[in-house]
Order: sequence, then structure tokens, then C-alpha cells
Amino acid sequence: MPKKVENVGCPYCGVCCDDLVVTVSDDGKQILEVENACAIGNQIFHHATGSERIRLPRLRQPDGTYKDISYEEAVDYAAKVLYNAKKPLIYGFGSTNCEGMAAAAKVAEKAGAVLDNCASICHGSSFLAIFDNGYPSCTLGETKNRADVIVYWGANPAHAHPRHMSRYSIFPRGFFTGKGHMSRKIIVIDPRHTDTAQVADIYLQVKQGHDYELFDAFRAVVRGHEIPDVVAGIKREQIVEVANILKKARFGTIFYGMGLCHSDGRNHNVDIAISLTRDLNDYTKWTIMAMRGHYNITGPGAVWSWQYGYPYCLDLTKKDIAHMNPGETSSIDLAMRDEVDAFINIGTDAGAHFPIDAVKHLRKHPWITIDPNINMASEISDLHIPVGIVGVEVPGIVYRMDNVPIQYRKVIDPPEGVISDEELFERIYRRLSELEADEAVKEHAKAAPEGVRAGE
Amino acid sequence: MSELIIRNGFVFDPLQGIRGDRMDIGIKDGKIVETSTLSAPRTIDAAGMTVMAGGVDIHSHVVGPKVNVGRLFRPEDKLFKSPHKSPTCSRMEMGSSVPSTFKTGYDYARMGYVFVNEAAMPPLHSPHVHEEIRDTPIIDNAAMPVFGNNWFTLEYLKNNEIENNAAYTAWLLRATRGFGIKVVNPGGSEAWGWGLNCVHIHDPVPYFDIAPAEIVKGLIETNEFLGLPHSVHLHCNNLGNPGNYTDTLDSLRLAEGYAPKNDFGRKQVMHVTHLQFHAYGGDSWGNVGARSKDIMDYVNAHDNITVDMGQVTLDETTTMTADGPFEHHLRAQNNLKWANVDVELETAAGVVPYIYSPKVKANTIQWAVGLELALLAKDPMRIFLTTDHPNAGPFTRYPRVIAWLMSRAARDATMKTFKWLDRTIDATSIDGIDRELDLYEIAQMTRAGPARALGLTHMYGGLAPGMDADVAVYALNPGDMPSDPAAIENAFSRCALLVKDGVVTVRDGEVVTEPAKRTIWVDVKVPENTQVQRDIYEHFLRHYSVKLDNYSLFEEHLHNSRVIEVDTTQ
Repeated sequence: MPKKVENVGCPYCGVCCDDLVVTVSDDGKQILEVENACAIGNQIFHHATGSERIRLPRLRQPDGTYKDISYEEAVDYAAKVLYNAKKPLIYGFGSTNCEGMAAAAKVAEKAGAVLDNCASICHGSSFLAIFDNGYPSCTLGETKNRADVIVYWGANPAHAHPRHMSRYSIFPRGFFTGKGHMSRKIIVIDPRHTDTAQVADIYLQVKQGHDYELFDAFRAVVRGHEIPDVVAGIKREQIVEVANILKKARFGTIFYGMGLCHSDGRNHNVDIAISLTRDLNDYTKWTIMAMRGHYNITGPGAVWSWQYGYPYCLDLTKKDIAHMNPGETSSIDLAMRDEVDAFINIGTDAGAHFPIDAVKHLRKHPWITIDPNINMASEISDLHIPVGIVGVEVPGIVYRMDNVPIQYRKVIDPPEGVISDEELFERIYRRLSELEADEAVKEHAKAAPEGVRAGE
Repeated sequence: MSELIIRNGFVFDPLQGIRGDRMDIGIKDGKIVETSTLSAPRTIDAAGMTVMAGGVDIHSHVVGPKVNVGRLFRPEDKLFKSPHKSPTCSRMEMGSSVPSTFKTGYDYARMGYVFVNEAAMPPLHSPHVHEEIRDTPIIDNAAMPVFGNNWFTLEYLKNNEIENNAAYTAWLLRATRGFGIKVVNPGGSEAWGWGLNCVHIHDPVPYFDIAPAEIVKGLIETNEFLGLPHSVHLHCNNLGNPGNYTDTLDSLRLAEGYAPKNDFGRKQVMHVTHLQFHAYGGDSWGNVGARSKDIMDYVNAHDNITVDMGQVTLDETTTMTADGPFEHHLRAQNNLKWANVDVELETAAGVVPYIYSPKVKANTIQWAVGLELALLAKDPMRIFLTTDHPNAGPFTRYPRVIAWLMSRAARDATMKTFKWLDRTIDATSIDGIDRELDLYEIAQMTRAGPARALGLTHMYGGLAPGMDADVAVYALNPGDMPSDPAAIENAFSRCALLVKDGVVTVRDGEVVTEPAKRTIWVDVKVPENTQVQRDIYEHFLRHYSVKLDNYSLFEEHLHNSRVIEVDTTQ
């Protein structure tokens, strides 16, 4: 009899649906069916057993090919790379559990590394705004139970967070919102008429790059000031109409996405969004939330904050005190300035996401990719270490976009011999400690000689 | 396991009534033992020094979501304020007013503390709390889930269903691996869901149509029905506002007529926390004054209440509380950054940085109010030293608070720095109080008292054989106390020795080992209650954003569990 595993968390996006039902074959080796997940989440589960997986670490050879090696050899290689590097960078973590992040931080602290996560190229600008202006927010259940006005600004959950609208914001019937969609006003603000905009009661096509002005106009109207006839491409009457809806809401939430934090203005856009939320709380109840991308990209911000007090861009190279200064200690900036002499890409794909110049600099030095799957980073790495897929093969705690911890389950065993991120980092930590104890091991750890690397 | 004997120290153990006698303390297998049972112990000489049980903190915000928001959104709390890593510790120590988990554990240990009760755990976030507990070294932790704005609690208590509320409480304590019943601004944080508040105990909670007074009384009845180790732990309505002392007195009176019912030696039915924030007279910040005397007259006369200070330390700090409307109110006063987290069906929280300055009259009055409470207390077994860390100041200032309590000269020296000294003296009675507490009273306020109020005297707070071998030694000679209060502060900042669970953990103020810490929680057996089970099922089906089966803490996320069992079915 195939077995059904219920209440499974989904390792795709920051919505962290935890109501999936996964059917596993008799022998516990195949995933047969995934219920309740969106198309993307569904694919993650099926991919785990439906395709050929990497089962052993692979080390780049002088001829540019990969050769399978043991985990022990891979751990030794990684530890030596970290040990010998002056300023290694450990980056990624969008797709692993908090246990793995805590173990990685232990390694980074021991090795004197820079520790960074995908927020660095994503919601990092939100952090900058939060540092300056705070974060009046709530859990997603509050929005579901209370909100009668929802704003999506620069976010397109219809594509990026497929079940966000149905689970938390627009459609669900909550305790004080028994009529569901009927009892809510939906406002979408975006330069593009997205699929999310199609379900809006009011859609404002803000002029691209002019979000800050529109926020400013809302704040002015909410505070009773005059505004020009047209602001950011929106007519005054419409701005006043929306401002009044915001002000008269019982409970509102602004969900914002990359459209704010990666268009002109960046952290300033988020900053004024927070200010508008603060202002509105003088009249009624308003909250704001970043649409965090990956299912556990909120995790490293949480774990490293309790461990070091900083959510991202942690420079631990001094080994006795942590330092954060985005722009100086952020991954892209370090790579662009060629300041990094070893790179570990974990639970993300820097090969796909980083600017090509940053990748070229990083490629001059040892590059290790830790990921269950083949991706662009793994294909240009010196070493690729496969790990179990969190949420499918490895359990653990992840943080949803509203900072609520969700306990993820294991549905099936990982491929035989494949270990978790946490175990891998714990082993690297032990090896590093041994190397430290034995100063004599200093040697060149780079496997592939210059000039014969893959892709060149 | 190894044996230890701590020789010739001046021992202060209020649980046994020992007042500075020169005694030996025997330790074997992590427990205190009669010295006669030791065969070949390692000897530690404590001659000329003060020996106490390890410190017990009844109320401190050290782990969990709002603490972490405080860390995350205040990088300035780290910059130029973090020490360099100690070569004897395994991890870095970052932060000042909201230290990292590692720094929290190390600093408490350096002060000779072994147990810290996290003051507010939002139940939905319990996995987060336990993750941070895992990363807080050395000290044992418990965490109290918040109940005062919980929809289940509000509904049961509105209908006066104590038994159902008790069954739900037992379920939630188990689900979150929690320790006791915390109540923060009862009803007010639920009202904050609509941007409102309940500032008085008779203000009705919107929709739920119950008053804070009924919530508090219902929770006291629930607590005594279950016979939990700790009592209801109350953060009153109307925190921090001038003139609030009358509301506080009204809240205190809610305990009248209730007697403790438990097997843990606890004598109170209500613990009122950070009382300093609730003892103000006047009707504006212009004419605010201390009403500590009115409050303490009441507390002194009523044995079934314990309190803690919430002493303002005059530092830059980070306020954080499940009292969401208060933090919103505070950000309107200082216009600094404001974080807020409303938690579905359960609670809320806010975080705002705050600078308590000796140049601000309101702050220096607050400073005086906190000390007056302790100095006017008749029974130090019922008032405990806290700073409501980090709200009134960081816990690392406890040694300074001890110095203020033990030395009139220390208080005078601090008062000299006040810009509005005359007005502060006019508005308070601190200048007329000469009382100086002694080491026995400090031991009552920092160990024996809080341990008894928590119902943990079988483990912590004393040095009787059979108790946990948690012993702090301070370089203070009670027969020859230093005239300079700074020396008292230094001695309590860095203990000469801390033995935790029988292991020498701190020596000469430095952490030398990091023994395994533990999570203390309370498991209550109650009869099966199908109505409550159905209510839980229904609310999770319709109103929570997580599944019921993913809400209860998974066993693998509980670290070094030490459970206290309570059986109500007998």
C-alpha cells in the first residue's frame, strides 16, 4: 500500500504551505503524488525521485571533467580550502533548514569567513530600511482573520507565490472576514498589469521607478495635505480615493516585493512604505510585509541575528568580532572587487544569479557548490557536494515570510549515502578543528590547475 | 563523576536560613551533598568570600521572536559595543542591550546565574524559542507562553469554563514545551488587533466582550486548578503611563480571596512583573511622581502576591513587549523605529529602542521608583531583582542594581548625575530612604525568592543536599564589605567561581567550560476533554495559518529536556 504523508511543508516559496499530502510508494523510494501544492512545489517533490540524482561529491579534474569522490575526501577538501583562504565567502541558504544555517555559521566563525545569504541580492534593501525605520508587521493568520484591505505593491504573487492569495490574503474566510474575497478591498500597484492585478478592485499603474513619489503622495493625503494633479502617472482623484480606503480600513496589510526593493530608490522605497504604515496606525490598524522569496530565506536572517546580531553580510574574518556593512561586506561587492579567495555556494545558484564579472572573479579561486541538484553553479565549481533536499528528505525548521517557524517533515529517505547540509557542515567543522590543531597541513587545496578549468 | 568541596566560604542560603555562616559545600554527581559523604573531593578554597546558590532570574526577555527582532533591526547595538571573543569561550559575543544567545549565556554565567525564565513566548513561535534556547550556552531556560489575549482563553473565561480553560492550558504548555501562564496586558493586545487597547481592568475587549479583570481572575483559578509550579505571571494593563498606580492597585486586588494550591512550595497566586512601570502618580509626564509607597503598602500586606522590580538602569536599551499598543504609544513619544508583530489568535509584540537618560526627569523618576519598591519591601522573599531585561535596562546591569540596593552612597553618586535632581527628589521619596540591603537580602531577591515563586526550590535557589549543584562564589567578605560600591558591582559582575550542575564553569570571572544546558518545562496531565479537543481542531481548521500537526513542537526540536510533571487526575 502506498503511504500518505500529511501536513508536509513545501520547500519552494516563502508562503511555506504546510498542508501538502504526499503519497509515497510501497518501498518508500518513489513519490507518486503530491496534493495541495502549486505546480512549482509539486515539481520539487517529483524531481526528488523522478530524475537521476547526484549521489557522491564530484571533484573537478585537470581535464575539466568531474570525478566522484567520497564525502570524507570532499569534507577534507572543503576544510582545507576554508583553512587556507584569507577571506572565504559562504553564500546562499535560501533553500536549506535553520539547523544547516547554524552549523554553517559555526564553520564560518571558525574559518574566519564572510557569511551571507540570498537577501544580499534580494530583500537586503528591505533590511536597510528596517534598520532605519522598523517593521510594523503581523503573522499571515492575522491578515487572513482581520484584513479588509490588502495592498500588493511591486509584487506578483500569482506567479511568484502561487498560493499566497488563497491561503492568507485575498480569498480565505477568516474569523472576522467570513465573506472572504467579498469582504476585502484589493489594491494592486505595479507598473505592469500583472496577473495579480487582474484580481484587484483597484489597480494603479505607477510610472516605473516612481514608487517613492506615489508613497509620498499617499502620506500627504493621509495627513491632510494637498497634492498635484498627477503623481507618478496616477491622477489625484484616484490617489485620494485609495488614500481614503487605506485610512478607513479596519485592518490592512501592504505586501511588497522586488518591485520596490529592486527598482530605483530601493531601500528608500521600502523606508517610505514603512513610514506610510506608521502613519496609518495613527488612524487604524496597518501592517506591512516583505514577500520573501524562497521558503527559508527568512531563516538565515533569524538564525544569524540570534547568533551575531546581523541578518546578512556578516564579516567574521576577524574571528573574534562580527562586522556588517552592506556594500563593503556584501557578496556581490566583495566578488566585484575580487576580495574573496574561496567561495562556497550553498542552497542557491550564484552561477545563475550573480553578475558575470562577479562570477569571473570568484572562478579564479576554489569554488565549492553544496546543492542537491545540478545547477549553473555546480557546473562551474571545483567541487560539487550533493545533499538531501530539505522538506523532502531532510526535516527541520524553516521561517515563513512572516517569521513564523514551520517544522518541516521528511517524506522519504535521501539517496543512499547522501547527507544533510547540517551534517556536512558539522563534519567540515570537525575537520577544520583538526587542521587548526595541526598547523603543518598548509598546502594548495585547489584541485584543478589554472587554465584547464571547465568552461574555459 | 567528580566530587568537589567548596571550603570555608561565608554561605548565604535563605531557603535554609543560613546567614553568612562559614561552611563547606559538598558536591557530588551534579548535586549538593553532605560533606561527610565525599570520599576524595577536589577542594576549592572560598575563604573570605561569599557563597550563594546560582542566581535565578524570574523575568527576562532572552530568547524568541521579539528579542530577535530587537537584535535584527538594531545593528547599532553591536557597533563599538561588542567585546572581542574571549579565548576561553567557544563562540563570539555580539550586542549590548540585546545580546546574542551566546553572549546571553556567557554573561549570565559570569554573574553567577544558572536559570533564566524567558518572560513571554508567543505559542505559535515556540520552535523559534527552542532553537534559541539550544544556542544559549550554560544557563537553564524555561519559557512562559502568553495566555492573556489568547482566543481560546478569552472564550472559555467569558463563559466561566475554568475546567475547559485548564485543559486547553495543559495542552498548550505541552504543545509549546512551556513553563507557566504569562499574561501581558490582558485583553489589550487583542484589542491592538484593531489598533485599540484596554487601559483599565474593566475595559471590555472588542468582540470577545470580556474584561481584563475576568481574564486575570479566570487565569488565577485555572492556575490553581492545575496546581502549576509557578503562579499567574502578570504584566498589568496601562503600563508606563503617569497615574497608572490606581490601575495597578486594581490589578493587585484581583488576587484577593485566592490561596495557592500546589505541591511545589509556591506561596503566591499572582506574580506581578516589572512593577516599576506600574507605580506612577500624576496625570502627565509633566507632573509624574512615584507612588511606590501606595503599591508596596498593598504588596507588603498581602502574602499571596510576589513582584519584581523592572529597575531602570539609565542606559540606552531596546524595549520589547507583548504589549503591542504600549510600544506603538512609545514610538509616538520618542519617534524612533518601531517593529510590531501581531500573532494570530494569540498575542502581539512591539519593539522600540529607548534611551533612559540621567538628563531626563521622567527617566530619573523611573529610576527612583524601582529602587523605592525594593527598599520599601518588608519581605525580600517576595520582591525580586529584575530589569525586565532589556526593557528597563540590560541584565548585565544587575550588579549595579545590587550596588544601589546595598549602598546609599552608590545611590547618591548616581543621583549627582541627574539634571533634574531637585525635581526628582520632590517627585519621589528615594532621598529619604537610608536602608541598605545586606547580602542575605540580596540572596533572597536573586535566588531563594524567585526560585520559590517559580516553584523550583527542589532544584534551584538554595544549597541544601539533594538540590542541583549550582553554586556561585563572589569575592566579597561580608565581615569587611568594601566601602566603594564599585567594588560590590565588580564582584557581582564577574563571580570568582560558578559551579553549574557540579561542573566548574566560571573561574575568576571567565567562562572556562560550557556544560550542557537544559530546558525546563511543565507537563500537566488532565482528564481527556473532548470539547477542548474539538475547539482546538476547529480553530486550526479555520483560523490558524499553520496545521495543527505542525504547531506542537516536534520532539527533535526540544533540547536537553527536564520536565516537571503535574498530575491533576489523581
